[in-house]
Amino acid sequence: MVTSVHQLDDGAWVSVNDSREVNVSDLWQLARSDFCGCEQADFLAEGFVEVSAAAGRVEARIAGRCIACGEEGVTDWLELGRADPESGEFRSVVPESVHVPDRRRRLATPE
Amino acid sequence: MPSKVEGWKSEAYGNEVREHILEFAEEGWDAIPEDEHDAWFERFKWWGLYHQRKGQESYFMMRIGTPNGVLEPGQLEVVADVADEYARGPVDNPEFGGAVCDWTTRQSIQLHWIKLEDIPDIWEELEAVGLSTQQACGDSWRNIVGCPVAGKDTEEFIDAWPVAEKLNERFKGNEDHTNLPRKWKVSVTGCSEGCGQGDINDLAFEPAVKEIAGEEVKGFNVRVGGGLARKEPRFARSIDVFCTPDEVGDVAGACSTLFREHGDREDRFNARIKFLVDEWGTEKFRRVLQEEFVDFDLRSAGEDLRDEYTYNAGDGEHGDHVGVHEQPDGNYYVGLSVLVGRMGADDTRELARLADEYGSGEVRITQRQNLIVTDVDSDRLDAFLDEPLLEDYSPDPHPFMRGSIACTGTEYCSLSIVETKNRQVRYARWLKENVEVPAGVEDFHIHLSGCTASCAQPQIADISLRGMKTRKDGEPVEAFDIGLGGGLGENPQFADWVEMRVAADEVPGYVENLLAVYEQRRRDGESFREFIARHEEDDLNGLAEPEETSYEDPYMHNTKMTWYPYADEDDMSASPAPTNGQGEPLPSDD
Ligand code: HEM
Ligand code: SF4
Ligand SMILES: [Zn+2]
Repeated sequence: MVTSVHQLDDGAWVSVNDSREVNVSDLWQLARSDFCGCEQADFLAEGFVEVSAAAGRVEARIAGRCIACGEEGVTDWLELGRADPESGEFRSVVPESVHVPDRRRRLATPE
Repeated sequence: MPSKVEGWKSEAYGNEVREHILEFAEEGWDAIPEDEHDAWFERFKWWGLYHQRKGQESYFMMRIGTPNGVLEPGQLEVVADVADEYARGPVDNPEFGGAVCDWTTRQSIQLHWIKLEDIPDIWEELEAVGLSTQQACGDSWRNIVGCPVAGKDTEEFIDAWPVAEKLNERFKGNEDHTNLPRKWKVSVTGCSEGCGQGDINDLAFEPAVKEIAGEEVKGFNVRVGGGLARKEPRFARSIDVFCTPDEVGDVAGACSTLFREHGDREDRFNARIKFLVDEWGTEKFRRVLQEEFVDFDLRSAGEDLRDEYTYNAGDGEHGDHVGVHEQPDGNYYVGLSVLVGRMGADDTRELARLADEYGSGEVRITQRQNLIVTDVDSDRLDAFLDEPLLEDYSPDPHPFMRGSIACTGTEYCSLSIVETKNRQVRYARWLKENVEVPAGVEDFHIHLSGCTASCAQPQIADISLRGMKTRKDGEPVEAFDIGLGGGLGENPQFADWVEMRVAADEVPGYVENLLAVYEQRRRDGESFREFIARHEEDDLNGLAEPEETSYEDPYMHNTKMTWYPYADEDDMSASPAPTNGQGEPLPSDD
């Protein structure tokens, strides 16, 4: 099945196949990002700005702030998790573990 | 490319959604096709139903729109009954109990924990007394706000209540204005004090006078493009248009049609009219309005009364509508302070009874989350003021209780970052017990919002609190950005954000320290807002220090990760949701 993703309620959460999966208010650890000067950004997700899915891989750009240095902005593309192409079931990444944002969206059709 | 939401709206939106809701309610939660949840919940909003956050699936917030905040005789009692019977969740709130009504900053009512199955009965009860949830959320004409004592005010320039009422009749359920690119918030002000808060609405009618054919005619000047959300606050801007009371409907309709046609439907983040006004400027806005959307000549603006505005203007003269005030007819209105705008169903019912016994039965909601009982007979005033209920909802409250506003927050709201109402109750109590009120201050505005959407209107308060996070001893905790010196009046001012990411348990200490600095350094008669305005932004940062005190905060622990912050078993996996019509958990398929 084709994975259907949207950000909803003004970017409050990401829906994957009509199920609420990823929320704002989590802290994400971002490594090797241009987001701020910190070696590892301690990033508070405040709103999902863009989402996309390709081959089950769900990605988003998130608005928020590094709570270590205070820098505000929108991240590059981050993997949120993967949806099983057969069942549609979503497995989220763990925000608190370390993520590397990617400047390019992989393949993907935008939302 | 139109956004996904626009796609859903073009398939079904507006009045027709009601039939679908009634069908779903008949069959129960599972009747909503699983792959259509997102689309339907977007559409439900138009009927005042907003799904609660993760962990609370199948439960809805229900908003009732009461134009200008007016609850006619008999309506409040029904609101209390509906809350009592239908707005009970699986777990009580430790401050407020089981079934509560929230009075909102746009003079509406919010009930929580509403089950799909109960909606038809609730609508029947509400509509029987003329209350409605139509367009209370969603992309259309929202509840119309105004001065809450319109028609009862000695400072009235023009009675705006019939004007707001007519707008409500004309634009509720109006197919031409059903599907707008985004919410459309309208304010109509008739008093000379500026209580309608027009400056923070999409479309504002503000009192003005103009010479027409040699005669001074009272009416309204028009402003567009105000709003607070998303770190993009804007005050509404004058488009140099005056209209008589009779012309308000046509001008309002033209503005909303312009928005319908020209608002951004591709990017919802850019859709509010404030962004179109940014892009076009007010001259182009007026030109397009004239050329494409009206078939009469727009008048140029009249003379406004803005230099008389005292409401929330920072000088303490008219911060709110709390207290006992004489009406032009010799009766009195009594404004009651409702801390963070939340009242239990029993108290609500008792207030409805008192309004009936001592007044006309009418009650009004203010934009400061308070209630006003109108038309109290002068002979019965003292007896009314002696009623025990008024000890909890006082017409003469402590300044910190009086000025506290808080939004919904992590209790129910998807967008939230932090817990709000219960925390603000604890802040207000602690400040009352521990902090000396600076001399002459009767009303000190602290507005607390759980995120940048700004539902508690933080930017127009003395002290603004906006939900954030920080780390303490390495652990993530709930926190606030703190802003200072916002307010309305002739020259409205948004708060300057001066302290960032202050841990929630250090906020009361900050306020205490800040007020001590103010008391020490203020000049003669200088209000808090003036004191802040006198400082450069750089000097405001560090003006006072955040500090731990005897204040204890039970909600430091990332309440958004719970299914309900106050449940004993608060882990997401302990949630009973989604439930059936009896509130029993539905079997899940995984
Ligand atoms: C998509 C998410 C939301 C956004 C972006 C949002 C934004 C706003 C804004 C900006 C205001 C008023 C200030 C202004 O007009 O500029 C407002 C009002 C309000 N919002 Fe929200 N809000 C959202 C969801 C919610 C939810 C889910 C709740 C409660 C469950 C809520 C509660 C309130 C209240 C109590 C008010 C004042 C009442 C009213 O609009 O009638 N909001 N909202
Ligand atoms: S300000 Fe944010 S947290 Fe508070 S009710 Fe509005 S959207 Fe929710
Ligand atoms: Zn950083």
